[in-house]
Amino acid sequence: MHGHLTYDEFLASISGFLCSYYLAVAVMNGLFAVYQWKVNGNQRLAVVWSVVGLVCVIMGGIVSSGDAGMISYVSVPDSIKNMIDAAMMPVTYSLGTLAILFALFITREYWVKPNMAWLGLNLMLIFMGLSIADVDFAAIVMKPDNVPIVGLIFLLAFFTWLATYKAVENDRRIAQGELPLEAIDNEKVLVWPDLVYTELICMVGLTAFLLLWAIVLQAPLEEPASSVKTPNPSKAPWYFLGLQEMLVYYDPWMAGVMLPNMVVAGLMAIPYIDFNKKGNGYYTINERKFAYLTFQFGFLVLWITLIVMGTFLRGPNWNFFGFYETWDAHKVQAMNNVDLSQLFWVDLLHQPLPRPDPADPFLIKTLIIFKREVIGILGLIGYFAILPPLLAMKEKRLFQPLYRRMGLIRYMVMANLFLWMATLPIKMLARWTMDMKYFISIPEYFINF
Amino acid sequence: MPPIGEIIRNSQIWKSIFRHPAPVDRRNRIVVMLTNFFLHLHPVSAKKQGIALSYTWCMGGVTFFLFLVETVTGVLLMFYYRPTIEWAYSDILVLRDVTSLGILRELHRWGAHAMVITVWLHMYRVFLTGSYKPPREFNWVLGVILLLLTLLLSFTGYLLPWDQLAIWAITVGSNMARAAPFLGHEGPGSQLLSVGGIDMITNASDARFGLLGARFVGEETLNRFYILHCIAIPLGAALLLAIHFWRIRKDGGISSPM
Ligand code: HEM
Repeated sequence: MHGHLTYDEFLASISGFLCSYYLAVAVMNGLFAVYQWKVNGNQRLAVVWSVVGLVCVIMGGIVSSGDAGMISYVSVPDSIKNMIDAAMMPVTYSLGTLAILFALFITREYWVKPNMAWLGLNLMLIFMGLSIADVDFAAIVMKPDNVPIVGLIFLLAFFTWLATYKAVENDRRIAQGELPLEAIDNEKVLVWPDLVYTELICMVGLTAFLLLWAIVLQAPLEEPASSVKTPNPSKAPWYFLGLQEMLVYYDPWMAGVMLPNMVVAGLMAIPYIDFNKKGNGYYTINERKFAYLTFQFGFLVLWITLIVMGTFLRGPNWNFFGFYETWDAHKVQAMNNVDLSQLFWVDLLHQPLPRPDPADPFLIKTLIIFKREVIGILGLIGYFAILPPLLAMKEKRLFQPLYRRMGLIRYMVMANLFLWMATLPIKMLARWTMDMKYFISIPEYFINF
Repeated sequence: MPPIGEIIRNSQIWKSIFRHPAPVDRRNRIVVMLTNFFLHLHPVSAKKQGIALSYTWCMGGVTFFLFLVETVTGVLLMFYYRPTIEWAYSDILVLRDVTSLGILRELHRWGAHAMVITVWLHMYRVFLTGSYKPPREFNWVLGVILLLLTLLLSFTGYLLPWDQLAIWAITVGSNMARAAPFLGHEGPGSQLLSVGGIDMITNASDARFGLLGARFVGEETLNRFYILHCIAIPLGAALLLAIHFWRIRKDGGISSPM
């Protein structure tokens, strides 16, 4: 985006924005300090957050100079940028986000406290601020169509905090035999004015926000369409980038057809397989841990982080680039992925891969292909048909408690949907650890899995 | 002289439009909800915690409002836009550079992105409060379809500016249909569908062709996506929204602890 600008010109173009950004963060912290002081009567914290606000004002002053030397004091140092870029790969990114989310889940009682959450928000904002003076970082987060995704990350962080805050509080109450907060002070009130006014305020606020957004940020329009000039990378709209990212691990018929359909089917099935009567109409985690964790794994880990990766970290040729790395179309990434059949026949048994002759009759051809792919096919059958009963057999362990309460059909549907979802992380792990391409590879019939 | 507001409210014109007195007392606050077309979507009274902003985040409401914003700005955009290869791109240019109040397209595009985000957040809230549990199972299912329609609305609209971003995003997206099992010409099993040695599923008859109206993203695709985007999907979504809202009422209002 900024390819034609010198670094100084680039800084001049963003310094105004960055300055107002820091001032906004400063105002936020100032308001929070006032809140701590007036509402909570906590003077020490009020001082802490005012100091943070003050620091932001100073940073705003520094960046407003637009001077490269000055701004380098309030940017991530190059050495750290290089370290981050070098460490970032699909493996570290995916496992890293998983680890962070899991750690947050375990320590939720601690970080949902407003001051901790506020600290987290500040860290996120300051990370953005410190990074944006980097040309490559700015190019990916300030691209007009990517701005909504930055918004999505902050919105999700906020609402996840809000929901977890309420759930933690409710879980504490329930553990003490009290009712959840939503059950208290819950008499009926008239919709006019209690609800319609809220709606009106939301509408006015949203309209103002949309108008502002539309004035500040122009909708993108590139060159006229040309069917001969393929852009690199060619990306689907951002909300489908999780699916496009799956193309790294699957063939299109899986990533683009089967798995999206399974996602939709799985979502629709949720109310019919979640037999847990608790947790209806209030926020809770402890009363529905399995449902909660499964959904969060599917939504936050598999759907959202893949979209973020596909949008921000996938560049030309769908290669992976760190936050601060230039999108270089000539970057070469070694690709020597092998199929399971190759590993089995050639590497393990030291035999040539069985190959059907195109002239063979259909049946013979199929048999030879079956022989070649036998490990993968048996593995797949075992995975979907034998694993669910196995998981349900062990006395009082694994899925057995679920199976007892769900009955056969519901249990099998649940287990299969669950296993479908798990194929993605399994394929990822197999790729990262063994360079595995396909478990089953039948290019003759376009079936690769 | 009585205050001007009162004069207006007591005029024959006002009374003929609004079928109720000002909602200033309890009785008339009930009457207004029952007699006003727009308000009658709501119940007269609701559980206090159920309608709390911190409980619903008002996300369903915000999504619906964005749907309305998209409808209004979309109709206005249709006045300026012709869905042909000849005109589409230049109409968008004119809209940006020549038309006064030139933020129509921005409002429509950012509103669309926002709607995708808010519909996810709404689903997230409904899940986290367990509101899909009986008796609201089916409304969740309707919601999933609405989510799908929202994505499809956004996807079909993405093509209409007919710039590089548009056709290549749609090309990448629709290439998947080529690999649909049985129905795509590069999908597993499609070779089995042949009659007398002639393939039934080719690149001129498969699922992708059905979607694009051609073998690549072209004139026919633009027409197809235009109709889907401006007529077919919005109508479907509007119908489902009506049922979604009706079901909220019939399922006992917004969820609350039993
Ligand atoms: C175009 C998209 C949608 C619109 C405009 C919409 C609108 C609404 C509105 C206004 C409500 C009232 C409560 C609230 O605001 O939270 C609601 C409730 C509900 N929605 Fe949606 N919705 C949409 C999509 C969805 C989706 C994607 C799901 C789930 C997958 C869903 C499931 C539900 C359920 C189960 C309720 C009842 C919640 C309760 O009683 O607490 N909706 N919807």
